[in-house]
Amino acid sequence: MCLGIPGKVVDVEEGPLRLGHVAFGDVVKEVCLAFVPAARPGDYVVVHAGSAIEVIDEEKALRAFEAFRLMEGP
Amino acid sequence: MDFQLNCPVPLRHDTIQMAHGGGGRMMRDLLEAVMLPAFRSEALDARHDAAVLSVDGCRLAFTTDTYVVRPRFFPGGNIGELAVYGTVNDLAMAGARPLYLSVGMVLEEGYAIEELRRVVASMKAAADRCGVSIVTGDTKVVDRGKGDGLYLNTAGIGAVPRGLQVGPAQVRPGDAVLVSGDVGRHGVAVMSVREGIAFGTPVESDCGPLHGLVRALLDGGVAPTCLRDATRGGLAAVLNEIATDGRVGVEVLEADIPVIPGVEGACEMLGLDPLYVACEGRMVAFVPGDAAARALEILRATPGGEGAARIGTVTEKGPGTVILRTRLGTRRILDLLSGEQLPRIC
Amino acid sequence: MRFVDEYRDAAAARPWIEAIRALVTRPWAIMEVCGGQTHSIVRFGIDELLPPEIRLIHGPGCPVCVTPVELVDKAVAIASRPDVIFCSFGDMLRVPGSGSDLLEVKSRGGDVRIVYSPLDALKVAQDNPLRKVVFFAVGFETTAPANAMAVAEARRRGLSNFSVLVSHVLVPPALEAVLSSPQRQVDGLLAAGHVCAIMGTGEYEPIAKRHRVPIVVTAFEPLDLLQGIHMVIRQLEEGRHEVENQYDRLVRPEGNLPARELVREVFRVKDRAWRGIGVIPMSGLGLREAYAAFDAERVFDVEGVGGPESPHCRSGLVLQGIIRPRECPAFGTLCTPDNPLGATMVSNEGACAAYYRYRRHATD
Repeated sequence: MCLGIPGKVVDVEEGPLRLGHVAFGDVVKEVCLAFVPAARPGDYVVVHAGSAIEVIDEEKALRAFEAFRLMEGP
Repeated sequence: MDFQLNCPVPLRHDTIQMAHGGGGRMMRDLLEAVMLPAFRSEALDARHDAAVLSVDGCRLAFTTDTYVVRPRFFPGGNIGELAVYGTVNDLAMAGARPLYLSVGMVLEEGYAIEELRRVVASMKAAADRCGVSIVTGDTKVVDRGKGDGLYLNTAGIGAVPRGLQVGPAQVRPGDAVLVSGDVGRHGVAVMSVREGIAFGTPVESDCGPLHGLVRALLDGGVAPTCLRDATRGGLAAVLNEIATDGRVGVEVLEADIPVIPGVEGACEMLGLDPLYVACEGRMVAFVPGDAAARALEILRATPGGEGAARIGTVTEKGPGTVILRTRLGTRRILDLLSGEQLPRIC
Repeated sequence: MRFVDEYRDAAAARPWIEAIRALVTRPWAIMEVCGGQTHSIVRFGIDELLPPEIRLIHGPGCPVCVTPVELVDKAVAIASRPDVIFCSFGDMLRVPGSGSDLLEVKSRGGDVRIVYSPLDALKVAQDNPLRKVVFFAVGFETTAPANAMAVAEARRRGLSNFSVLVSHVLVPPALEAVLSSPQRQVDGLLAAGHVCAIMGTGEYEPIAKRHRVPIVVTAFEPLDLLQGIHMVIRQLEEGRHEVENQYDRLVRPEGNLPARELVREVFRVKDRAWRGIGVIPMSGLGLREAYAAFDAERVFDVEGVGGPESPHCRSGLVLQGIIRPRECPAFGTLCTPDNPLGATMVSNEGACAAYYRYRRHATD
């Protein structure tokens, strides 16, 4: 269920409904940012059905990748 | 439990659904249940984009196509150009040199003449670019609300070089499968402006002519076994048609299929598979395996073919089946969709 | 695309496959709960990469598949009205009700539109003040905040021509049902990453304990899935049954608090029928009384609308992991993507459609 796509926040428009533009590769779409009040331009968020559902923790993502690399072994 | 791939299922619907025109399995079923039994002929049975007919010792390619695209103007083209290139391309896919086109117009009462002028002007420009003449036509007007502004039909004839046989029946195991450029642009360009699914994207339609590429291949001494332009149903539909009609297996490598990032991003976002998204200026060329490198070189050196790539091979195994080797090295069936691909939420 | 491409890297996947092979000592059945995970597994052929001891079972996590026939029939009835613009996610359009589907309504002249976001439906309502705009609000916990936002915004903007037909379901009660079944075949679970991004991981702790089942919150890309499977197998082999989080780049233990708060404000938990499975107590969401004016079931009189499910469809058993799609007698014969009996044959991520499209020739 729940197709969620990671994208980079391009701009934020504060208002009664927090909106902003998010870039998915070359594609930019207006997205509801109400559920990620801390998201700033440059942050990566996961978008589902037109709303950002959470901010990606890049540090943790990086650490997970170190684990992936460790798996590759000597 | 096994499946009979070619077993004609009785039509499920008693009225026409959008999916009957979607380039997928439902369209194929409709043709097989209603049109083909009534019109049966040798030329039709060849199941090619254009019929090849012998007239007084000359071989002519003959084809027709109707255009109902909405919006009529989209990034990278409009309905008029599409109508010219589409029919030129169908002729080219029979290996023919396109010569003459007809145009039928269905105009809706109230449609702006100013826009009609723009459409007609770009049809003329497109015809000039392809070296074809629009030599006959027809105009009908329907009541307001009974049409969508403008529908176009074009038919065309072209000359097929002596001795050239291009079609699904010519495809052999070992043939290389080439595509003339990246796929999925037209569908994404149209979706980007269609109401309901509005998102900003720099993707322009690939709408354009293919006869130059075919000519370049023939002039360069490469005789393709089969050519087909990818339109509705995308690359996947073309591969399935050829596999079924040519009774061969086709194996393609996902990683070798060119898709530009804009198309990939849009498809990821909407939950679509770019291999099923429409193109309007891309062809799939089947060429003998030993001619693949030369064919690719020629295509890449010809305008419109810069992004050509080899994506797979024709096999003996599994006639009628297209196998996709995924990025992870696994294999899965690349099937014909039932109808139109719908964006998914989940 | 960042955070997508790197998780599809074949070279990086290989050591995980090796690690899984090295870990497995006996047969295990793992259920991936979410249809999005099923889609990825089938699309990338991940199950082919796994050692034969590991069997993947496709879980009930497809909102399209579990929306009851009765609600599809209500959608069809509402969408057929000339004063209505009916908006829906694309995948709901081909789901068969007892008599018809939304695409057929469209072919008969109904104004049925595909939207990408519930807020797009709200915009349709704003642009068409003389028409009644109805949005088919299906989904699991992930979609609930966006759907709640559309309702809350409709109220804030004073839109009286907007309503939602709600078919919202919750994952934990369905897992309870699957794990409590006497026919249970599941040894470990990959929990749905995006559901947990909203709800957090707390709800899964008691489930893991009570049913002695390892639960790993997992994302959707090939590398994620392989890592999630590796984590489940490790727990199984070590005899542990804990909640672990493979998707910690997105999922916080507490979930997304602003999203949860809005969902609580707009929706209340209630009993829900699941297609093919039946009513599961407290397994879904309905609008709170304060938002009754936006409830399409109240705005339109559809009381009593709704026919029975096809007697041949075993999708409920498929969704619970009790049978595989090919074990249903109707699979591929009476029931195909062109003529689906149940929603699992329609939805892109439905287990039956996924098997039909990608696996038809596999010996399985």
